[in-house]
Amino acid sequence: MTAGADAFTGAGPARELAAAGPGDGRRRWHVAALLVAGFVALPVLAIAWMALFPKENIWPHLASTVLPGYVLTTLALMLGVGIGTFAIGTGTAWLVAMCRFPGRRLFEWTLLLPLAMPGYLIAYVYTDLLEYAGPVQGLLREMFGWSSRRDYWFPDIRSLGGAIAMLTLVLYPYVYALARASFLEQSICVLEVSRTLGRGTWRALLDVGLPLARPAIVVGVTLALMECLNDFGTIDFFAVRTLTAGVFDVWLRMGNAGGAAQIALVMLGFVVLLIWAERRSRARQRFHHTSSKLRPIEGLPLRGGKGWAAAAACALPVLLGFVLPAGVLAKYAFFSGSAEWSHDFFRHALNSLGLATAAAVVAVAIATLLAYAARQRAGGVVRGAIRLASVGYAVPGAVLAIGVLIPLAAFDNALDAFLRQTLGVSTGLLLSGTVTALIFAYTVRFLAVSLGAVEAGLGRVTPSMEMAARTLGHSPSATLRRLHLPMIRGSLLTGGLLVFVDTMKELPATLVLRPFNFDTLATYVYQYASDERLEACAPAALAIVVAGILPVLLLARSVGTARPGTRRDAD
Amino acid sequence: MTRRLAGAMLGSALVAATLAAGSLPAAAAGEVNIYSLRQPFLIEPLLKAFTEKTGIKTNVVFAKDGVVERMKAEGANSPADVILTVDVGRLNDAVEAGVVQPVKSAVLEKNVPASFRDPEGRWFALTTRARIIYASKDRVKPGEITSMEQLADPKWKGRVCTRSGKHDYNVALTAAMIAHHGEAKAEEWLKGLKANLAQKAQGNDRSQVKAIMEGVCDLSLGNTYYYGAMRADPAQKAWADSVNPVFATIGGGKGTHVNVSGVALTKSAPNRDNAVKLMEYLSSDEAQEIYAKANFEYPVNPQVKWSPEVEAWGRFTPDDLSLAAVAELRAAAVKMADRVGFDG
Repeated sequence: MTAGADAFTGAGPARELAAAGPGDGRRRWHVAALLVAGFVALPVLAIAWMALFPKENIWPHLASTVLPGYVLTTLALMLGVGIGTFAIGTGTAWLVAMCRFPGRRLFEWTLLLPLAMPGYLIAYVYTDLLEYAGPVQGLLREMFGWSSRRDYWFPDIRSLGGAIAMLTLVLYPYVYALARASFLEQSICVLEVSRTLGRGTWRALLDVGLPLARPAIVVGVTLALMECLNDFGTIDFFAVRTLTAGVFDVWLRMGNAGGAAQIALVMLGFVVLLIWAERRSRARQRFHHTSSKLRPIEGLPLRGGKGWAAAAACALPVLLGFVLPAGVLAKYAFFSGSAEWSHDFFRHALNSLGLATAAAVVAVAIATLLAYAARQRAGGVVRGAIRLASVGYAVPGAVLAIGVLIPLAAFDNALDAFLRQTLGVSTGLLLSGTVTALIFAYTVRFLAVSLGAVEAGLGRVTPSMEMAARTLGHSPSATLRRLHLPMIRGSLLTGGLLVFVDTMKELPATLVLRPFNFDTLATYVYQYASDERLEACAPAALAIVVAGILPVLLLARSVGTARPGTRRDAD
Repeated sequence: MTRRLAGAMLGSALVAATLAAGSLPAAAAGEVNIYSLRQPFLIEPLLKAFTEKTGIKTNVVFAKDGVVERMKAEGANSPADVILTVDVGRLNDAVEAGVVQPVKSAVLEKNVPASFRDPEGRWFALTTRARIIYASKDRVKPGEITSMEQLADPKWKGRVCTRSGKHDYNVALTAAMIAHHGEAKAEEWLKGLKANLAQKAQGNDRSQVKAIMEGVCDLSLGNTYYYGAMRADPAQKAWADSVNPVFATIGGGKGTHVNVSGVALTKSAPNRDNAVKLMEYLSSDEAQEIYAKANFEYPVNPQVKWSPEVEAWGRFTPDDLSLAAVAELRAAAVKMADRVGFDG
């Protein structure tokens, strides 16, 4: 095998497919995708609608006062989290995928664990640990005989730096998961060739591994950044004034929902610009491995000090992002007198699990439909609609919830009015205020996550395979069923599990949209945590984390077996 | 694969249906639906007592932000009967959004003094709380600070702690300042206060008291009930013990700035009668006593005695500024906080 075995194609699969026969059911896929994407984009459109009717023009006031600060802080936060998640995610992924060192197999899956830790919880826990009255500073004071805060300097956890650290710790697994999957799929051939051409391990990463994995890494970092923009819990707790904080000020304190919607749209603009810039810089490069002869990557042995250094580098994010905070929660849950083990607890847990499962399945199904339709020579309109449908991830949850409510309630009220007039029956609110509204909201919010995973998976199906299937007379649907779905099973699972974990942690939209007397673990935790009674809700907080572990383990497995050359099956 | 996918979708639809069935808001007789901006553990004892007394079941959604927007979107079909909230500003939001209706009730009018309800009956206060100064026992002499205005005195430079200047409670305080002294003077005051801060405005009212214990600052702003709550919590008692509550005056008179928690009847209210019963109950002696004892708030009903704990902090005169005036100046107060870069 040679480097030439890996084709570098200048044109995308869509263009190549143009050679395949005309008509034949593609249009149906386009129409379906357009309808579904339009439906999912409704909340974002509703926010745009709100933005048209502000109570007053907020921009002169904001621009002359806090706006420059908000923008700078937002950019600094995004830059910090972007660099942090990229460095930790890619670095650890490269180590566990390409090198051999003590504990590698353990780190393969434990590196994903911080994904199960909600940002707001880790922020509470670290504040408890690192603040003046916490154990760390207490110990320092005892050791050095300091008596008050004026005697020494200690970094303030409630700061921009603290927020970057917290968000990086819980968000790097997105980059890690996607980068690792991508490294594993790289053919050993390219890497061996790069090494025969004199590249060392790290140069191989920089010159070959990274460019090949770039699309996957970018998806990971983009998800982390969008998550950063929609986060309110952490930054509010740390008093970091980003644009998100501005959204809530304008909405709740100035009573100007329209103005708040405008700021939210500006934030969306940020994201769209970011995605566009990256796509443009990548131009139309696509990489496909054409060799089917794959064997496991041996892994470069790292011996002695190097090996232990690699182990330490992988251990640190796991310890800080998961073991330590989960340990603190466990301590509160089991050894604190204020911990509340309510009997309602299992009902909340069931609600959380049910919602997360439903949201995962729906989000993956929709993502598959959209991503596959986009491959069927979709035009700009369809592609644009799909992008629009996935930007919901960057909208703060509470704002998105209002966006969900407006179309749902409008539908409910219109249906009710219609049926009252024609049949004389009242249906009331059929959808809003029910679990359906919640699942819809989760789908809108997390579609970007499942879409990213599915698109990455579909990218692996080479155009030639698809052409072969179509030449053999399969319709697009049959091709999807018999070729794509079996091939991208791992990606579907990855996407589903990511949505599952995200839904378990989701708080702001759940608070606004849920039905009467309905709590999830996250809302239950919130009512205490918002009052700084972390110990009281520690059992429920721990349950969110524990419930997140299982899907994370499944995720680790699904990625592990996706490695070419180590296949378990031939389907 | 597709079949399995379809199966999974069907399965999750079933899960969703089961979840939904367990939580349908019922409009049947014998229930009342509440949208609450107050934490469930604060109102649960009251609702339980109400159900025991009347047999009317209570259904609650608790959410801090977005409740008014939810009701607006739900419109005439909204299942909500009453809305429970803190801060007069939030009550005002509901009135302005047009999601509440006036109530005429002799019981409510008897129990809630006129200054603590909307003249048209669109909202009723249930409890009051004073916004006061907590002063370090060690570093601030009794009588050294007696008014909110003094917080801007350069004497306190680097010695004051507070939460965000844009939090509801601080916004109401700034709004009261504007009402008393006019926009220009109030802004000078807010600037002075900002200049005196020992650290960036952050955290909540309790964490400021903790900061005083830690020696970060000597004075902080806080609501009264937190004092009781901290004293009752073994982990936080030491914080409370490090400060004296000072019922500082505002506006040059004898009055202390107060805010309220309250209730309103929604416009759609499918269970109107039950909702009014609940509102009347919450203003009754029995409920007001629970509020006073469990939450350390001041009952709005003048017939009801303060709890001994609250009584021990001392009597005070509430500022006679109308709550409506404070609510109106809220947006101006937020903008002022932006202008002086209070949270920066």
